[in-house]
Amino acid sequence: MIILSCFLLFIGCKNSDKTEVTVESATESAQNSPSNKGQAFIEDEDATPNALRLAINSPDHTTLVAAVQAAEVENALVNVGPLTVFAPTNAAFNKIDKATLDELLKPENKSKLAYILTNHVAPSNYPMETLIKNVEKGRPLYMASGQYVDVTQEGEDIFIGGTKIVASIKVSNGWVHVIEDVILPKN
Amino acid sequence: MKKINLILSFAILASMMVSCGGDNSNKKSGALVGNAAERVYVAPGEYDEYYAFLSGGFSGQLSVYGLPSGRLFKVIPVFSQNPENGYGYNEETKPMLNTSFGFIPWGDAHHPDISQTNGELDGRWIFINENNTPRIARIDLSTFQTAEILEIPNSAGNHSSSFITENTEYIVAGTRFSVPSPQKDMPIEEMKGTFKGPLTFISIHPETGNLNIEFQLIMPGFNYDLSHPGRNKSHGWFFFTTYNTEEANSLLEVNASQNDKDYIAAVNWKVIEQYVKNGGGTKMAVKYAHNILNESTHTATSTILNEITTVNPLDVPGAVYYLPTPKSPHGCDVDPSGEYIVGSGKLSTDLTVHSFSKMIKAIEEKNFAGEAYGIPILNFEAINAGVVKQAGLGPLHTEFDGKGNGYTSFFISSEIVKWKLETWEVVDRQPTFYSIGHLMIPGGNSRKPFGKYMVALNKITKDRYLPTGPEVTQSAQLFDITGEKMELLLDFPTVGEPHYAAGIAAEILIKNSKKIYPLAENKHPHVTLSEKDAKVVRNGNEVHIYMTMIRSHFAPDNIEGVQVGDKVFFHVTNLEQDYDVPHGFSMIGANTSELLIMPGETRTSTWEPKREGVWPFYCTDFCSALHQEMQGYIRVSAKGSSVPLKWSLD
Repeated sequence: MIILSCFLLFIGCKNSDKTEVTVESATESAQNSPSNKGQAFIEDEDATPNALRLAINSPDHTTLVAAVQAAEVENALVNVGPLTVFAPTNAAFNKIDKATLDELLKPENKSKLAYILTNHVAPSNYPMETLIKNVEKGRPLYMASGQYVDVTQEGEDIFIGGTKIVASIKVSNGWVHVIEDVILPKN
Repeated sequence: MKKINLILSFAILASMMVSCGGDNSNKKSGALVGNAAERVYVAPGEYDEYYAFLSGGFSGQLSVYGLPSGRLFKVIPVFSQNPENGYGYNEETKPMLNTSFGFIPWGDAHHPDISQTNGELDGRWIFINENNTPRIARIDLSTFQTAEILEIPNSAGNHSSSFITENTEYIVAGTRFSVPSPQKDMPIEEMKGTFKGPLTFISIHPETGNLNIEFQLIMPGFNYDLSHPGRNKSHGWFFFTTYNTEEANSLLEVNASQNDKDYIAAVNWKVIEQYVKNGGGTKMAVKYAHNILNESTHTATSTILNEITTVNPLDVPGAVYYLPTPKSPHGCDVDPSGEYIVGSGKLSTDLTVHSFSKMIKAIEEKNFAGEAYGIPILNFEAINAGVVKQAGLGPLHTEFDGKGNGYTSFFISSEIVKWKLETWEVVDRQPTFYSIGHLMIPGGNSRKPFGKYMVALNKITKDRYLPTGPEVTQSAQLFDITGEKMELLLDFPTVGEPHYAAGIAAEILIKNSKKIYPLAENKHPHVTLSEKDAKVVRNGNEVHIYMTMIRSHFAPDNIEGVQVGDKVFFHVTNLEQDYDVPHGFSMIGANTSELLIMPGETRTSTWEPKREGVWPFYCTDFCSALHQEMQGYIRVSAKGSSVPLKWSLD
């Protein structure tokens, strides 16, 4: 039966003079293969969660995840890194007026949104003790957006771009620090 | 199961029928294009259009693939021993792995580059650098054999290497790690301002290809990452990226990323060459090995050399300038015209492109922004040709298609971005799977790229292949770059980590490829040219066996009079004069690898018999119908035994 159907198919396509079409279906299946979506989509239950997986699993970061998906920068967050992600909570996003936020999530503003998101990612590992060193040495943090963001300290609390780090989690590809505001780029 | 198949086949049929009659205008651009299989298929017996040479990374070797098929043809042993053919195990090639630190069985191979004439690939030799114990190798592309290895003294982490100038005048070796120059015992914390970054310029003999260190430029103690020669209008210059201009020595992942800009060092090697010719420079006492394989004796020799000429860049006016380049640039790539120098700041999102003619003008006008250790830093605005804005995350390396486009790999965003020279606009981007390092277009770093295919060299494979335990193979991906959009055609696994690669049209190499070593030209000191010359000679406790092999026997095949405690040398000559008929040789209990001997070649293996008895040897390469009959015995007697030395073949 399989042989027969292949045969029919062959004839069918020849007749319509579209020889490429036979493989077009293979293309579709290749596109649908999870392997061709990127690292972000690999299910790996054995490994320590990466930065994106952590955010997806957090009920406080649904807006961030939606933004990451809208900007299609998922794969950058699951790369081997190392990278440090400053993850604004839903409450942080809620501080932005709704119209602005909705505007940003529109497909035509994808690159703008991606730029804002990369302003929350610092290449390299920055655990708290390294951030404290940044404060001591007066070193700002270089973000993937190309901008520098200040690191400051008040009492025991560390602030990044003026917003307090409220939690820190080690992930497989670096660190995630939860913050209470969105760090908007300077321009 | 049958039922499922049936349903499936109907489903496939149905979907294909729809496609057949459907409108193709709404094709999705996916990871794979429609007729990909057809476009990489090379029918049995047909040849691939290109050779691709992929560095074997931490395997220390160089692997040879065909494009577009992605078929592996050969692994050329370079910096690591290879038991498969005895490289680095047999007496003839052991000297190839000698260094000033003694014999080293392993190396870390990085960046292959093919010899050029007038800026076009000529296919005579391919060179590759060793990163760990700094060395450069020359591989002869008529024999696909490592012909020469030169150690680089006063250098550490030979990463900014092995790139050649457009007439194969020089090959460079820039140090990745800054080091005390010369080496000395000193506190690490006193590194800053004391360590140096030596850049070594090695001449290549135009006929023999032999390497010679002409001079070493003792630069400030930054980390020198990659380099590329000027070509066409910028021929005579060499460009080197730097990072860690902070000169940090600890936690570099943070401390070497502080400066807003590092530099590309522009070196006018023609000026320095003249300076050295006129007697300039200072001699420095060093120690390094120079190993050469003599093709007529089939034997390598290693010579330890003791001196190089060093040059202080401040002593040669007009020789060195720094081009400020954002954020720890990795790749440093010059377009086919030689006008544009692309710096890939690996922590930046932009690509910085410098203009060669603007650079020359800025030098003439002394348009400097300052200096670093006395070396003028050119004004960024004065030399910048353009910026490819927000091109991706983590740019690493750029190659060119010769049609006005650059192709840059982005590690963090795991993609290749195609952009237009001069307008600096992004034309296309395609994901790679995953985390691409370098990419390679055959001829893509020459005046004349072939411009048909591009190979992405990926660091991570994850789910691309069947799982094989915690380690999965690295992967390469083949793209067709003839259209406006890049099209992914093929994944293929690689040997070791393919840091970089070089590719060339097959037709250039095919005609020069050697098929046999003519016996008449075999000048090996222990060659045996015919069976009647086969013999066994005792010299104290050394026993030299002069042996031949041909389908399907050894001569001699029975040997008596060997004693426990002897050191036996098998000098084996393959008498075949027919293409692709190697023979192998192995001896029970020998503490080394087999020999794999090409037609007309002589190779030597050693064996120290430890026990009395009658011990067999045999041919390891299935050579003929009577391969299983290709064997012999050695009788081993007690030390001091009166059994006479005797050999025979019926």
